[in-house]
Amino acid sequence: MKACPTQAIRVRNGLAEIFEERCVDCGECCKACPVSAIIVEQDDFEDIFKYATRVALVPSVLIGQFPSQISTEEIFGSLKKLGFTHIFEIDSVVEKVQEGYHRFREAFEGSKPLISTFCPAIVRLIQVRFPSMVESLIRVKPPSDIAALHFKEELVGKGCAEDEIGMFYVTPCAAKIASVKSPVGEDRSVVSGVINMEFLYNKMLHIILNKEVEAQESETVNLTSKGILWSLTRGESRHQPGRCLAVDGISNVTQFLERLEEAEDSNIDFLELRACDESCAGGVLISGNRFLTVERLNGRAKKLPATVSIDGGGNSRGYDHQAYDLQPIPPRSMMVLDRDRSLALEKMKKIDELLKVLPGIDCAACGSPTCRSLAEDIVQDRAALSWCVFLQELYLRKGKLTLDEADRINATIWGKDRDYRSQSK
Amino acid sequence: MQQAYKVTGGDFVNAGKASSSVKGILKQLNVPAGLIKRVVVALYEAEVNVAAHAYSGDILVEIDSDQVHIRVADSGPGIEDIQMAMKEGFSTASKEVREMGFGAGMGLANIKKNSDTFHIASVPGEGTTVEIINKLTD
Repeated sequence: MKACPTQAIRVRNGLAEIFEERCVDCGECCKACPVSAIIVEQDDFEDIFKYATRVALVPSVLIGQFPSQISTEEIFGSLKKLGFTHIFEIDSVVEKVQEGYHRFREAFEGSKPLISTFCPAIVRLIQVRFPSMVESLIRVKPPSDIAALHFKEELVGKGCAEDEIGMFYVTPCAAKIASVKSPVGEDRSVVSGVINMEFLYNKMLHIILNKEVEAQESETVNLTSKGILWSLTRGESRHQPGRCLAVDGISNVTQFLERLEEAEDSNIDFLELRACDESCAGGVLISGNRFLTVERLNGRAKKLPATVSIDGGGNSRGYDHQAYDLQPIPPRSMMVLDRDRSLALEKMKKIDELLKVLPGIDCAACGSPTCRSLAEDIVQDRAALSWCVFLQELYLRKGKLTLDEADRINATIWGKDRDYRSQSK
Repeated sequence: MQQAYKVTGGDFVNAGKASSSVKGILKQLNVPAGLIKRVVVALYEAEVNVAAHAYSGDILVEIDSDQVHIRVADSGPGIEDIQMAMKEGFSTASKEVREMGFGAGMGLANIKKNSDTFHIASVPGEGTTVEIINKLTD
């Protein structure tokens, strides 16, 4: 409950409930839950067999999971063994993304800084918490989507039937899954399904360690060190012109954006913002240590060329505006108390009154993460003042509440038969 | 509703707390982002002025459904020549303040630009009062 950066979680009937309009899919709750009660949904892996052509779209952080003794050929081989017919490394299309950024920057007339749309959790964070900044989001699809579009086109060009091509994105995070299922800035995603990286990693490692794999050369062309490192911190910002800043970790990003909103002069040209520490290497579904992953990817990047021109070479076509641009991203502020300003003012005054009687220690025993959250919930008819255990004690003493009633209230929050007072185990 | 804030002269770390707080309130009240920015910029500049030039200041913010009324009253050396002070680029900020990056001489002009109604009065040797009114239209 307290890990959530947008205070989207409440406890009701002993289970966590997530307010959808506040959730940005960052996955902090999954990381924090000690009993793994919050999980990230994925598509059934067997779905891939619905397609004749089964493509695995792989981000560089997947490769970075494996210990360095395991070669990339073995890694790709294991994917083939699991049933994929083609494997494409997403990061080979970063030059197209870069070209998209250049074009967007040239046409852009709004206020600096331009904000990268790479991390879907950050896009959602800006929509709900910093809605005034949606205009600054760069309207270029993220590498995973551009890769899917590009490779699909390539396969169709080679003669594969379009409706028999299944594109499956191997994802390090919840936000990416959400961005495929309910995309922002496009009607629907070209990706057919998402596979949880944690799940796939286990299967792959099993095959590799049991020596069941036939080593497979990478089919990807145009892979560069720029591409491999793009999804890591500073991976984008080091290549953009002007003053660029990279911030990772969602609470760092939130703090920074709050500052940015207030400062009149921001001389920053480009912002790379990532919800996870060490960017995708720290994704929710990454099982390896994020620092080791970064180190391995740095090692891999050293062996690759720095950049490649996208107008050269067979299958690189340059930037396709129609396919690769994002539609405008709408704000959906979660902070608004009411559409009607007079009602909103009334609610705000009521919240101030409530805060005077609430203890202000944010203990969360009421099922809301902070006293302010409870006050907001009360004002929006989603909770009651008697849910606060400190006030309950006051009411009990004054005879305004019976012990049974208090027990019933706490059961609606924490569940029946939950013996939280007893020491017995 | 009313909110009151205090500003301490020389305290640049905390200058900005009032504008930050007001920003949060206006967001919850569904005020359009452009209007919020105007109010916040005007208030921020007024706050920084108190920190840069005065000994202390009191800020009173009155928020109704159709307008925001801000009053910043400080105790300090005051302004000798208000006309000059309003000129863009003119600054009486001390060397220390300028070294910190403040005191570019745009403050008062910025406040005026970002308010619908702007009043300023000062008594040299006593202090300055600034009034900022912004209408909240949809």
